[in-house]
This record gives sequence, structure tokens and C-alpha cells, in this order.
Amino acid sequence: MDKIRPILKGNLIKYLFQGAASTSMLIVLLIFIFIGKEALPFASHPGLGELFGSIWKPVSFQKELFGILPLITGTLLITFLAMLIAVPMGVIGAAYLAEAAREKEREILKPFIETLAGIPSVVIGFFGLVVLVPLVKEVFGLQTGLTALTGSILLAIMAIPTILTISEDAIQAVPKSYKEASLALGGSRFVTLWKIVIPAALPGIIAAILLGMGRVIGETMAVMMVTGNAANITISPFESVRTMTATIAAEMGEVPFGSEHYGALFMVGIVLLLMTFGLVMIGQRFLNKFER
Amino acid sequence: MTKSYINNFFFMLILLFAVIFAGCGRGDRGNKSLNTVTIKGSDTMVHLVSTWAEAFMTANPEMQISVTGGGSGTGIAALLNGTTDLAASSRDIKPKEVELGKGKGLDIFQTPVALDGIAVVVNSSNPVSELTLAQLKGIFTGKTTNWSEVGGSDGKIVILSRESNSGTFVFFQEFVLEKQDYAASSLLLPSSSSIIQEVSGGETAVGYVGLGFAAHAGESVKTLLVKKRDDSEPVIPSGAAVMDGSYPIARPLYFFTDGEPTGAVKAFTEYTLSEAGQRIVTEVGYVPISGM
Repeated sequence: MDKIRPILKGNLIKYLFQGAASTSMLIVLLIFIFIGKEALPFASHPGLGELFGSIWKPVSFQKELFGILPLITGTLLITFLAMLIAVPMGVIGAAYLAEAAREKEREILKPFIETLAGIPSVVIGFFGLVVLVPLVKEVFGLQTGLTALTGSILLAIMAIPTILTISEDAIQAVPKSYKEASLALGGSRFVTLWKIVIPAALPGIIAAILLGMGRVIGETMAVMMVTGNAANITISPFESVRTMTATIAAEMGEVPFGSEHYGALFMVGIVLLLMTFGLVMIGQRFLNKFER
Repeated sequence: MTKSYINNFFFMLILLFAVIFAGCGRGDRGNKSLNTVTIKGSDTMVHLVSTWAEAFMTANPEMQISVTGGGSGTGIAALLNGTTDLAASSRDIKPKEVELGKGKGLDIFQTPVALDGIAVVVNSSNPVSELTLAQLKGIFTGKTTNWSEVGGSDGKIVILSRESNSGTFVFFQEFVLEKQDYAASSLLLPSSSSIIQEVSGGETAVGYVGLGFAAHAGESVKTLLVKKRDDSEPVIPSGAAVMDGSYPIARPLYFFTDGEPTGAVKAFTEYTLSEAGQRIVTEVGYVPISGM
């Protein structure tokens, strides 16, 4: 390490490192600019008002409609349901791993959790299509297993590792003295965990949840394979929904370049980008608070 | 330990560059050379076209033909942008696209190279075994919602359609739905195989797929007989029925080029229309053009 340090002082190297660190910022800016550029014609020609409709029907011999409301509600429904499953499992799992698990257990469990985080989404989607879809159909007595619920279960599977690992770090970062004080005052282990440790780690846990949510909102392939993709506006978990990501992925390949439909898809992209950007920003706020 | 880590890092870096540059090399070769043909377009046709290409290259080792899918629209867009020599398409070219081509100085030339029948499939437990075109229209537009209305047992019809990026989607909409819109509750599935998968498990589902897919669908899927009118004979989709025009839901598959094909493109197009080429059409599961 000491041999490298003098070289680091050179300005060139410094800029190189600085450049590497700021590349992602540049890329985010460029993405905003270019997606905005492609979406702009849509704002002037069919007009932004077109987007607030409740019917998404981009290919039609009658009238093409670009209302993104069903896409937004679809994404929100799936995200909400996925979080309903992933948050309790992720946080309780994290609490167990950080506070109660023996070293041996951690050694066995951790690699599995990390593997789960690394499974490509298309593989999870395939698993969903072959295993989960028939299962959901059977268990709930539905006509088809291609529902919002199926999608959310898959997404929850993908979000749990993120939520679990970051929450666990947050819980472990809680100063030992807090715990010791609680235990010394006669608090049981559970009370200490529930009333002292988790509240102290809460900003970190919330950040973990938001990052997991970001993953859920942005996920495409698995969702497209199992949700049926009908552009319904619904709050029922047993109906098919169409998410924003699936819409872009499914339709982008075929859309005539520069058409209204093309612009509309970029508009969907912008809405999606703003949503995830907002989430990450809020997540960062909580993380900062927790580090301080 | 550290040293091997650094070595690994450099190895990965070199590998990365190798991959990037290998990619560039292929891109640069492009369509400059007289003996190369690039073909892009319909996913429906990709298997057929690549089988043709392989057979053609075996017979003419000096020729190089590259085939990519992406969808009919993608292929036509690529032809208009000059990035492919030949666009494979499972639908007619739209007037808008011809116009766009004229603006760029292209004179789009169309060559029908094969026929494809579209089969309507249901679960094999479904008592319905034949439908008229009018009944199909009613089902897919959402006017008919229960199987009992078309002679089946009581049960809500689950409509399975391809995504709107599919040429099959557009053809079915234009021909069977007579340019009406699909029912809003239709599930849009990303591939023909996912339609088969869903139909084989869904007692009340109905979907449409290419002839080749229906033939290999397995025992739990039933192909419906289709009647043009109430009083016409029900016809089972088959190569012969498509060729003599008695099976109504059939479409031509096209090659689009800029002007009449010349050079290597001409040689390849002529090969596909030759006896050997049309024999491949049958082998792959499509229907030869009549009069061959």
C-alpha cells in the first residue's frame, strides 16, 4: 500500500480516479437528456394530456390510445404487494441473522441469501412461469395463474436479499452499549430487539426497503413472463396487470421509429426513471441519517 | 494473495477488451462485401430464414448470410435505415413505412416467400372443437365472454394474445377481428410458447399460434377447426388447407428489399423460392407458396 501512495499524488492519476468515480453521475445525466430528447416530440404532438388517459392501446386500427394510468397502477399494485411480502421477511430475517443466529448458522445462511441476490431475473421468471403460475391458479382456484400476485411473489423473492443484507448491516451497526443498557435494565432479548435495536437501526432499514423497492419497480423480465400483461386498472391481486417496464420491453422492439407510440414509450421511461430516482434519493436521505 | 488478485483483475480487463473489440470487428464487416447478405426481421420467420441461410451457405461456401430476429417492424425499420439488405416480415408493409422509404430514396420491393397458417388453440378438455370466424371475432373482441355462448360448457373465456409487437398480433387483428380492438382483458403473452404453456394448463383459455407451434403443442392442447361462415365446412389447419385457401386464417410471409433484389440478395431470394428452398419451408412447419 505504501508504495502506491506517492504515485497517487500525481494529478493525472487523481483525475483518472475522479473520473472513474463520477462516470455514473455523467451516465445518469446523459440518460435523462437522451430519453428526454426522444420523448419531447410526444409532448408537443399528441400532447402530454394524452398520457393521463385510462386506456393503453398503442396498436389499433381504430384509435391508438396512450393512457399510462393502467401501467402506473399496475406497477404500483405489484410493488405494494411485493413489499408486503418482502419487508417482513427481509427485516425479520435480518434481525435474526444479526442478533440471534449462531456463527455456524450465519455461515450456512449467508451464501444462500447472496446466491438468491445473484440469480438472473429471467431464470426467476422461468421458475415463476413453470412452477408458480400453476400453483397460484390451483391454490386460489383461478382461471389463470398469470396475475399481479404471481408477479409480486417473484419480485419479493428478488427484493428480499437486498432488504435483508442492508438491514442486517444497519442492525449490526447499532452500538453495543444500547443493547447492554436495555439488558441491564431487565429487558428481555426480544424486548431489546424490538424496542431498542430495531428503532435505532430504523433509518438504515428504511433505506434498505427503499432500495429493495427500487429493484422491484425496475424489474422487467420476470414480471413480463408471469403477470399476463393486460392493461387493467385494478386493485385485485388476482387480476392480470401490465407494468411500465414490461410495456417498454415488449413494445420497443417493434415500434416504428419516431412514431407517437415511440414517443409514448419514452414518456413511460421518464415516469419510471423519475419514480426510481425519487426512491433512491429518499433512500439516500435515510442512509445519511443512519451513518451520522 | 493480493498479487493473484491483481493478476486476475488484469486478466478480466484484457478479456473485457477482447470481447469489446471482437464485437466491433463483426460490426465493421457490415454489408459492404458483395458476397454477404444481412437479413433482419420477423421472429416468426427467424427459424425458417436461418435454415434457408444454412442450406444456402452449404451450397455456396463463398456466400455469407447473417440472420437476426427482432420483429417484422424492426426488420423494416432496419431496411429503411440501410442497416440490413433484406427485411423478413410476417405482415404487409404499412403505407406509412413505404412513404418513409420514399423519403429516403428507397423503392420497397416485396417478395412473398412462404405461407403461414394461424391456428386457434384451446385446452383439450374444452368441449368446443370448431368455431366460425364470426365467433372468433366475438371472443377476441370481448363481445362473447362465456364458452356456453359458443356451444361449450359454462366458463368465462380467458383470451390469450401475443404482445402488440408481434406480426401475428397485427395479422390476427386485421383479419379475424376485422380491425376491431382486442378485448381490454386479453392477456398479452411474450411468446407463442407461453401461449401454448398457458392453454395446456388453462381449461377456459383460448389463444392463437403459428401452425408449426400448434402441430408440436402436445396432448393437452387442441387445435380448433375453423369455419368461414355458418354454413361452410369446418377446416382443420394444415399445410394443404392453407395452400388451397380452404383454411381461412393464413398469411403470406415476405422478404422486403430496396428495389428488385440484385447480386447475392437475388441469388438467396431465388434459392428460397426454388424447389429445395420450398421443401425447407415444409420441413420447418410452414406452407410453401402455391404454384411452386
